[in-house]
Amino acid sequence: MVNTSVKLCGEELKNPIIPASGTFGYGREFAGIYDLNCLGSFTLKGTTERPRFGNPRPRIAEGPSGILNSVGLQNPGVDTVIERELPAIAGFFSGKVVANICGFSLGEYVRVAEKFDSCPQVGWLEVNISCPNVHGGGMGFGTTARGAAEVTRAVRRAVKKPVIVKLTPNVTDICEIARACEAEGADGLSLINTVLAMRIDPATRRPVLGSMTGGLSGPAVFPLAVRMVWQVYETVGIPIIGMGGVRSAADVIELMLAGATAVGVGAANLVDPFASRDIVSALPEEMDKFGIENLVDIIGGAHNG
Amino acid sequence: MKQGIFTVIKNEQLAPGVHRLRLEGDTSGVTSPGQFADVLIPGCFLRRPFSVCGAEGGVLTLCVRNTGRGTALLTASSPGARLDILTGLGNGFDLSAAGERPLLMGGGTGSPPLYPLCASLLRLGARPGVALGYPSAEAALYLDEFRSLGIEPEVYTLDGSLGMTGLPTQALRAGGYTSVYACGPLPMLAAIDREADCPVVQLSLEARMGCGFGACMGCTIETKDGPRRVCKDGPVFGKGEVIW
Ligand SMILES: Cc1cc2nc3c(=O)[nH]c(=O)nc-3n(C[C@H](O)[C@H](O)[C@H](O)COP(=O)(O)OP(=O)(O)OC[C@H]3O[C@@H](n4cnc5c(N)ncnc54)[C@H](O)[C@@H]3O)c2cc1C
Ligand SMILES: Cc1cc2nc3c(=O)[nH]c(=O)nc-3n(C[C@H](O)[C@H](O)[C@H](O)COP(=O)(O)O)c2cc1C
Ligand code: FES
Repeated sequence: MVNTSVKLCGEELKNPIIPASGTFGYGREFAGIYDLNCLGSFTLKGTTERPRFGNPRPRIAEGPSGILNSVGLQNPGVDTVIERELPAIAGFFSGKVVANICGFSLGEYVRVAEKFDSCPQVGWLEVNISCPNVHGGGMGFGTTARGAAEVTRAVRRAVKKPVIVKLTPNVTDICEIARACEAEGADGLSLINTVLAMRIDPATRRPVLGSMTGGLSGPAVFPLAVRMVWQVYETVGIPIIGMGGVRSAADVIELMLAGATAVGVGAANLVDPFASRDIVSALPEEMDKFGIENLVDIIGGAHNG
Repeated sequence: MKQGIFTVIKNEQLAPGVHRLRLEGDTSGVTSPGQFADVLIPGCFLRRPFSVCGAEGGVLTLCVRNTGRGTALLTASSPGARLDILTGLGNGFDLSAAGERPLLMGGGTGSPPLYPLCASLLRLGARPGVALGYPSAEAALYLDEFRSLGIEPEVYTLDGSLGMTGLPTQALRAGGYTSVYACGPLPMLAAIDREADCPVVQLSLEARMGCGFGACMGCTIETKDGPRRVCKDGPVFGKGEVIW
């Protein structure tokens, strides 16, 4: 029997698979088709202080091997998530979930984080400083070491739960930003968010997306995610949730070898609603194939030698 | 929602660029007319949504217009091809308040999905009227299928090459209907929402979708009750619900 369990910032997960923010709603749609308790955890849709409609449609475009989205953080606001979604989640998931926190000011990040900090069902606070969709919003904080440090410091001081800062790949040097977050007390890092991208419709000669640009994710970005997780693992000592294009148990092992402690699954859930469950169930066999007994043993394994 | 593997058993061209696919598989996921299916087309990353035009005896019927890369691949698929399809998506039409004389209005590829609705309404004892609009006679779809149900559809073409000249929305002027059910281009649906003179209006919308089952918020529209997902809360919306 192989052991798939890992520890993320002190909390034990039965396996490292965590559906990524924005691709799993609040779990309801998936709970209707499989038992979510097979997952390590799952991440809630990015949540702001007040309800947000998000960006104009179309919000979805396609690439050769991935999806572009410009959803723009549509969510019902933190109070509704806590009053309506968390109790519903309690009905189908017994573990702790990851809350994804967004804000347009330091104050908003702190207020949203504080509210989730008081929820026993929330195990980790994933602070999204990287959403590339909202002008003047997330992008501003996540693209400079100073901005990233400011958010990390403000949230870290305000809450008790582990703070995991989610990084954008749309930067010159992700290591500098990772270092800044660690220095301000981040308990973990999560990467990568989507890659800024665009499609143009030759028939209309206009960008396909209503907000012109959107974030690319899916298999197209997997090698980019592996490279960035590798680099960040070399730079910091805190755990990493690796994500970007994961669609198989083999991908999970590869990202863990690069340095991920847990692995996010995003776009794959949208194409195949059973993707996360199927990755979980394929994991033991994939571990056997590579002679892995304890999954934790391979974290960062590609860096030795 | 149900995921299943379907096998193409028939692919026939109905009009230039429009094909009817008959797919064999488990159709038990389809619970109401007006729902859609989300087809994974080999070579495309995202699934493609299509209205269900029939789901009986383990055969799923889709009518597909070739408008892009995915639909080009799908309309070229041969019998024997196997496709991963999600069925039972969306709310579907509400038949409960159709009344005696529902009016079914279809535009282009929006017409075939009204066929299973029409059959269901007939079974419930209603006497549906059907008004269908196409660019031209050549593009007309499903007239014989409605006739096989004993209904003579009122046809409108933009160029007057078949039936009456103009848009199917003209059919609203005659009045006498108890409800309106419509599937077609957004401007047609918006016009029906404005002009239909009856309390029950059921409009089947389209939107670009990421997932098709409510997880990504990619398809959200504004409604008078706040943001709603076309794929999960729709695709059918009621009178005055949608903010056009
Ligand atoms: C609920 C619903 C029911 C539909 N029913 C039918 C039907 O019965 N018959 C039919 O021919 N078409 C139907 N459509 C439209 C059909 O989904 C699109 O024509 C198809 O997705 C185009 O794919 P493509 O790869 O050929 O086009 P591309 O332009 O190459 O596609 C690129 C991306 O845009 C999306 N897209 C492009 N056009 C549309 C559109 N009009 N609506 C939604 N997404 C689009 C594609 O899904 C894909 O993600 C329906 C759409 C929805 C939302
Ligand atoms: C439709 C969609 C919505 C997303 N929304 C969020 C969000 O609200 N907050 C966030 O931190 N990341 C969001 N993401 C990014 C994902 O969580 C993930 O970091 C990224 O998609 C890379 O993983 P993938 O390639 O497996 O999709 C979203 C991604 C998609 C596709
Ligand atoms: S398409 Fe994903 S929520 Fe509607």
